[in-house]
Amino acid sequence: MDFRRLTVEDCLRLPREEREKLVSLSLETIERLDPKIKAFISVNGNVSFRREGEFWGVPISIKDNILTLGMRTTCASKILENYESVFDATVVKKLKEKGFAIVGKVNLDEFAMGSSTERSAFFVTRNPWDLERVPGGSSGGSAASVAAGMVVASLGSDTGGSVRQPAAFCGVVGFKPTYGLVSRYGLVAFASSLDQIGPITKTVRDAAILMSVIAGRDPNDATTVERKVDFLSGIEDGVSGMRFAVPEEIYEHELEKGVAEAFEESLRLLERLGARVERVRLPHLKYSVATYYIIAPAEASSNLARYDGVKYGLRLKGTGLRETYMKTRNVGFGEEVTRRIMIGTFTLSAAYYEAYFNKAQRVRKKIASELNDVLSEYDAILTPTSPVTAFKIGEIKDPLTYYLMDIFTIPANLAGLPAISVPFGFSNGLPVGVQIMGRRFEDGKVLRIARAIEKHSPYNEDGRFPLPEVEA
Amino acid sequence: MRYRCVIGLEIHVQLSTKTKAFCSCPADVFDLPPNTAICPVCTGQPGALPVPSEEMIRYAVKAALALNCRINLYSRFDRKNYFYPDLPKGYQISQYFYPIATGGYLEIDGDEGRKKVRIRRLHIEEDAGKLMHEGDSITKATYTLVDMNRCGVPLIEIVTEPDISSPREARVFMEKLRSIVRYIGVSSGDMEKGALRCDANISVVDTQTGRQSNRVEVKNINSFKFVERALEYEFNRIVEALERGEDVERETRGWDMSTKTTVSMRGKEEESDYRYFPEPDIPPIVLTEEYVENVKKEIPELPDEKALRFVREYGLPEYDARVLTASRELADFYEECVRAVGRPKELSNWIMTEVLRELNERNLEITQTKLTPQHFADLFKLMDEGKISIKIAKDIFPEVFETGKMPSQIVREKGLEQISDEKLIEEIVRKAMAENPDAVQQYRDGKKKVMGFFVGYVMRETKGKANPELVNKIAQKLLEGD
Repeated sequence: MDFRRLTVEDCLRLPREEREKLVSLSLETIERLDPKIKAFISVNGNVSFRREGEFWGVPISIKDNILTLGMRTTCASKILENYESVFDATVVKKLKEKGFAIVGKVNLDEFAMGSSTERSAFFVTRNPWDLERVPGGSSGGSAASVAAGMVVASLGSDTGGSVRQPAAFCGVVGFKPTYGLVSRYGLVAFASSLDQIGPITKTVRDAAILMSVIAGRDPNDATTVERKVDFLSGIEDGVSGMRFAVPEEIYEHELEKGVAEAFEESLRLLERLGARVERVRLPHLKYSVATYYIIAPAEASSNLARYDGVKYGLRLKGTGLRETYMKTRNVGFGEEVTRRIMIGTFTLSAAYYEAYFNKAQRVRKKIASELNDVLSEYDAILTPTSPVTAFKIGEIKDPLTYYLMDIFTIPANLAGLPAISVPFGFSNGLPVGVQIMGRRFEDGKVLRIARAIEKHSPYNEDGRFPLPEVEA
Repeated sequence: MRYRCVIGLEIHVQLSTKTKAFCSCPADVFDLPPNTAICPVCTGQPGALPVPSEEMIRYAVKAALALNCRINLYSRFDRKNYFYPDLPKGYQISQYFYPIATGGYLEIDGDEGRKKVRIRRLHIEEDAGKLMHEGDSITKATYTLVDMNRCGVPLIEIVTEPDISSPREARVFMEKLRSIVRYIGVSSGDMEKGALRCDANISVVDTQTGRQSNRVEVKNINSFKFVERALEYEFNRIVEALERGEDVERETRGWDMSTKTTVSMRGKEEESDYRYFPEPDIPPIVLTEEYVENVKKEIPELPDEKALRFVREYGLPEYDARVLTASRELADFYEECVRAVGRPKELSNWIMTEVLRELNERNLEITQTKLTPQHFADLFKLMDEGKISIKIAKDIFPEVFETGKMPSQIVREKGLEQISDEKLIEEIVRKAMAENPDAVQQYRDGKKKVMGFFVGYVMRETKGKANPELVNKIAQKLLEGD
């Protein structure tokens, strides 16, 4: 048994005595490889799991912005460095009930604000394919921990691509469900109207399996919906007869050559499998990033107001209340978080609300209706997950360039649509991800399309994307 | 009057729901030890999410309907952002852009007769916590403690148009509002316990020049009495400024109970920007006409309707009817009594004088007493049968009220039964005449007033128990000569 290559499905087929060993194998692998990868913020050395539930003993990592009782939840921020979770997030509760073993909490850009995991207040996580490169972000720890084979799967959170983009950079599968399908209770909020928890796995089938565990209406999250979605049953049914839309606008962006080639190849594959691929126009797509960078920081500026040094977390005493607030927050938040809080505070202020926040809300609706219109005619919209592959640590310094990389992933969050990144091919030896965006609540179909690509991809062995070799 | 007063009120009403607005903590936190009714949601823990209470929405709709408001079938929660230690999330969940109700009114007994005070809007929001400064002074304290019990307790905020024309009317409005929220059972309406709070905006118009003063907001008013007192103080302060040819600052002032004055809290330039935006954690509230109709059915007869009915049904003067219907419990008690005893007017007099006096003296509600309709049935029977006089009845009433004993029992125990024995009364009158021949003569000479002397004599001898009618009759008969 090669632990590093195990999928959730593989684990289920293991004999009991092998399955018993999974957690210790995971902990050993973490001990061996994580000094290089640096995915884990906390490791639960004596993780307890029940030997009951369908998935007992399957080791999994959780992004460190999802509350997990018995462990800290730091959000990779100094302000929550010592914050002990006070309850289990609904998704964590569900995983535990099914027997999953949570072996650790993994790194992220501080409060999930970033696309490279370089913005963690603690350390930078490395891409298992090339330790000089970023794993993507913000769920970089999740993607790296899965790609390095330290855990079988992981949960991340996706506000503008934070599950899909690191999955693409690390050559694993990342799925962002329809907004409202998965409870956010216990996910530390970044931008509440965009945040959604999603699985990062080695295979599409594993993503579907995790979805069937974590999805469902939650009385503790008023934005979840009562909706039965079947993630697994039609997953092998293929794409024959489906119609896919590729937005012309993606070619207006600087696409890395290898990314463009891999993406075109995936389209030809889908055509060979019996689907039709057509070019469409999405003229409002170009406003996605601007819209996102108004709405997300606005919500964030409010969501992060609670970290004031009064109740929990970092507290730096000053003379008087105002100074305590200022000291605590100045030291507690990193540069990127501070930047977004300031942008958000500005765009929500009475004088600018109309010009920025309100306008962005209207454009968001416009973008959503444009996407929904296209999706009323097509089964899915296809794009590369990211215009680039994993870049070198420290390579991108300008915030705007950094933000613009999210161009393809952001629209799904603005419109609440399900979207997946499935690894397909390489560019300069680094994995490329293809994104499939579907209709609301047609998460099953999105997974089915991704599965077809995965199953027939010439880059895959036994229908699985290869894992990188990591030297200890 | 040269100076006309213009007042608008912003009132917070604490809803008496079972749970807090957005979590399952109890909403009734008054008197609980600090931080014992809290959870991850109401203390703003990372990852916690608010889920609105359906009961809270129902209560708000009920209150809005009782205040003649239009219910907005689409409404929404918004965040009001500001930093303060009593606000654990750093924002208050409120309704700013789309309140649940708009455009109502409340009819009050105004200075110049009945008047309608228009209500601009009614919205739902959550309460903040309580700060306890060391040594009770915010400026001298070296530390401050936060009690989060009250965080997330559901409130409705009611904003009136500036239709109130005097401090007295402001008080009357608040009393009427309390009466209504109690009638419909959405709040205890208890101002002293903070269940009803009021901020007032006041300005003064000089009717000779047409000039209007700056508007001043007065906060921290925590009793009905102080609504009137604080606004009177403020009215006078503004008038004095106008008379000097000046104006007051446009500012927020607080009512200081210890000095009975208002003091400046903050000026206009210190007004905050609350950065309101739609609360992304809670979907909009979408109500149906049917829902609103159902809530409407739950609203009982309100004080105005009830008073009119009392006038119609029991032949009471309007004033009496309004006094009796000010509290639903008192009105219910009155009606119970009428059903058991009849005689609505007589009962109304008893309740308005004797009962209300006892209640006010002891600061009680009718439901907290031992009084029942049977007490009145018994009392009236004693009077009907001539066993006691109305004077004795009123004398023993406080004891009935206090102990819940039947009047007949008290009369028996104390031997207060009226003396109607004609022979005995005749004997006493004769004794009085024998002892006071002068007085007898005076009467017979036409000084009829002397009669009072003889009646008084009998009453004294019988310790007030003699039947006064009989005494009169007998004394007259004997004095006029037999």
